[in-house]
Amino acid sequence: MNYRSIALTDQTNPLSYTSLQLVCLTLLYLGLSIQFLSIFDLIFLPRQWTLGLSIFLIISGALGYTLSIENRKKTTAQPLYTIQGNIRQKKWSAWLLALFLTTFYVLLYLRPDLLGLGKNNTPNSGLIGLYDGLSYWIKGKPASEWFVYGTMYTLAITCLGIRVIFKFSHNRYQVYRTLSIIFFQLIFAFLLPEILQAFNKPYVDLKNFWPLNYYFFFDWNIDQLLASGQFGFFVLGWGTVGFLVLTPLLTYYFGKRWYCSWVCGCGGLAETAGDEFRHLSDKSKKAWKLEKYLIYSILVIVVLMTLLILTSRFTGYLISISQSLAHWYGLIIGAMFSGIIGVGFYPLFGGRVWCRFGCPMAAYLGLLQKMKSRFRITTNGGQCISCGNCSTYCEMGIDVKSYAQQGKDIVRASCVGCGICSAVCPRGVLKLENINR
Amino acid sequence: MSHHPHIIIIGNGIAGATAALGIRDRSKAQITIISDETDFPYARTALMYVFMGQLALPHTYLYPPDLWKEKNINLLKSRVMGLDREAKTLNLADGRMLHYDQLILATGSKPILPDCSGIDLPGVCSLYHFEDLNKIEGHLSSNVKNAVIIGGGLIGVELAEMLISRGIKVSFLIKESSYWANALPKEESEMISRHLAEKGITILPNEELLAILGEHQTTGVECKSGRILSSDFVGITIGVMPNVSMFSKTGLDINRGIVTNQFLRTNDSQIYAIGDCAELAVPEENRKSIEAVWYTAKKMGEVAAANICGDNRIYEQGVWYNSAKFFELEYQVYGYVPNTIEPPFQSHYHQHANGQKSIRIVYHSDGFVVGILAMGTRLRQHICEDWINQKKPLKEVLAYFATANFDPEFTDATYKNWHSKSPGSSSSRDPSLASFIFSFFRKRP
Repeated sequence: MNYRSIALTDQTNPLSYTSLQLVCLTLLYLGLSIQFLSIFDLIFLPRQWTLGLSIFLIISGALGYTLSIENRKKTTAQPLYTIQGNIRQKKWSAWLLALFLTTFYVLLYLRPDLLGLGKNNTPNSGLIGLYDGLSYWIKGKPASEWFVYGTMYTLAITCLGIRVIFKFSHNRYQVYRTLSIIFFQLIFAFLLPEILQAFNKPYVDLKNFWPLNYYFFFDWNIDQLLASGQFGFFVLGWGTVGFLVLTPLLTYYFGKRWYCSWVCGCGGLAETAGDEFRHLSDKSKKAWKLEKYLIYSILVIVVLMTLLILTSRFTGYLISISQSLAHWYGLIIGAMFSGIIGVGFYPLFGGRVWCRFGCPMAAYLGLLQKMKSRFRITTNGGQCISCGNCSTYCEMGIDVKSYAQQGKDIVRASCVGCGICSAVCPRGVLKLENINR
Repeated sequence: MSHHPHIIIIGNGIAGATAALGIRDRSKAQITIISDETDFPYARTALMYVFMGQLALPHTYLYPPDLWKEKNINLLKSRVMGLDREAKTLNLADGRMLHYDQLILATGSKPILPDCSGIDLPGVCSLYHFEDLNKIEGHLSSNVKNAVIIGGGLIGVELAEMLISRGIKVSFLIKESSYWANALPKEESEMISRHLAEKGITILPNEELLAILGEHQTTGVECKSGRILSSDFVGITIGVMPNVSMFSKTGLDINRGIVTNQFLRTNDSQIYAIGDCAELAVPEENRKSIEAVWYTAKKMGEVAAANICGDNRIYEQGVWYNSAKFFELEYQVYGYVPNTIEPPFQSHYHQHANGQKSIRIVYHSDGFVVGILAMGTRLRQHICEDWINQKKPLKEVLAYFATANFDPEFTDATYKNWHSKSPGSSSSRDPSLASFIFSFFRKRP
């Protein structure tokens, strides 16, 4: 890592990698390389050993490296965040990472066979085959591309979440929030749905509410749930209560953060894996305008699509149009926007691109937060020194400073309540609050 | 040809920038801000974050650069060399001459440099201007290992943090017996000293600088006590003084700063002085005539803008407040908290058992509260100000203290380990009052 000051001269910092950090980094890259090579069936050990070894290397390498870096930051008075380094400044390594991630997403969504998914009852090979052992162990079935993706996703949130907890050990809000993210990802998004499948129940992520879960009211989903008896009825009821009652209620008391920064997996990945890319979010008014057009348009489309599908289900009309709308939404918004752009472009646009510009759930929560919520970020009188840390590290691109300078409360539809603005403020000017009225 | 008056502001710090925007809100005057420091007004207080790589200069701009064009405020990058009050003109370093109708002086401060040998040596730096970062960076490139910082105020700690982030060993040379003891009561001063020691800083109290040693490059400092310290970097942060020398021959009334009346007008009715460079002819009770901090500069900018547009607004110093951060230790002060609390004032001091949080409430012997100092815990400004303005009795302030808490959610909410301490002879040890503060998080009854 390079600690050079970009604004100034080309002076190299005495801080360079320690040998522990180098060893950990090697382990991490070794673990990742095993996964990468497995795409081409270059495996040198039995599959389950290979996977176990690779996951062990990734976890120990990632944790050892990031914790050691964070520990040194603490002992040598380094700032919490930095804008320095090739990857944080959209230079070649950022583009390379973005290219790598987007390629992975394109394959995952459009050509999982290239990752080794077996078609028509042929066994899996390649990367997906690598995960067969783990998948059999958990649910007695071969791995799918989504099992592979879910495992990687959970690994990323867990390892990099532990890093965030360590980094913010002095800030309980960040600690509790990150623990919550890891819990919901590990249990609700990953283990529970897989275990349900082991018991021949449908795959359900109980925290993934409509409209983020845009297919909740799709025919196939409803049919599948209705076919699985009492459990299916429960899921249908829970999902409906979730978006109709739970969401407005919790948002009234706590703001949209209860979901976006404490529960949601998309937000969870941005808060953990995307932590170093916060400063890349666009703070311009143009971006704010684009955000409003895009996110509310997508909300309207989801609502219309869902109404059409329900109408066609109960009346038998409009079947073809609702089906093609569902197909295109799934492809363009569900796959391309949330995955390929949303995660693939972390190193270019920051971690919350999907949450800010695309997510219909965020739009719904945002409307509730703006109109009827106790949550706001309050500012402490005239104490703002305009340093700009809050705005720089707001991943939703909110110009927090402009509010703090005027001593105004921040009530913004987009604010996910991650609390980083408050954590980086050197004068303690910002406080996340649920106001009693 | 415009018939609007031309208002020129010298200095693009927070005072000048605030004044310019305040004038634009009220008038269509032609407004020019002159500064040679940066292209756009930036937050001087954020210099350390630029140095440490947490921010780049554009992040610290007070307002988005487009705003100045939008508001039709002309930013002129130049230096004022002379002022002719008769002709109402300014001479700029580039040879240009500008006519003004009204003038606001917001030239800020400059670091005080001790009068000693070696002060001009390479490796001797202060921290005030953006250019200072380049200078410090330049010196650090020569493999600096040890640094001595002369004077331990707020800027000194910022400089220390910057140097430590680059792996440099830092010692503080301070005149007083402990860190910032001329501003802080003993307990708070010691708390910060402990915190700094934990960060690896050596504090050398009761030491004064005699000379900076070295021939072509700083090699050390010599103290008046005879002690010699070797160091390849010397930071000078003994304080700041008004940056007004360029106006010394203009007939403006200058003492330490440019003397102003309560409307912030100088002895020339068309010239105002605001921010660090201004000196109030008659300060309020228990207040200084020059208060060189960010918050007062901003407030002065607002008042001068109103007055220049025809208001007659008196600059009220109001309830004093300031805040800072010493590495991780936060500091907030409201109202009157002197370093030694003497009758008729007394104080209640409460400290967390971990020694990293404290609250001090200063009150008059008649029972009303005059000042609050918080370390490691945050308080709500408007509530503290109300208490002090309304001269609330100590008992009432303690009873409602929870309402002033501004700490982040989930912060240690028990406060079981806080205990009251008696600072010298000036504290009454009323246990019933001490118990009030334990109810830090108790809601309004």
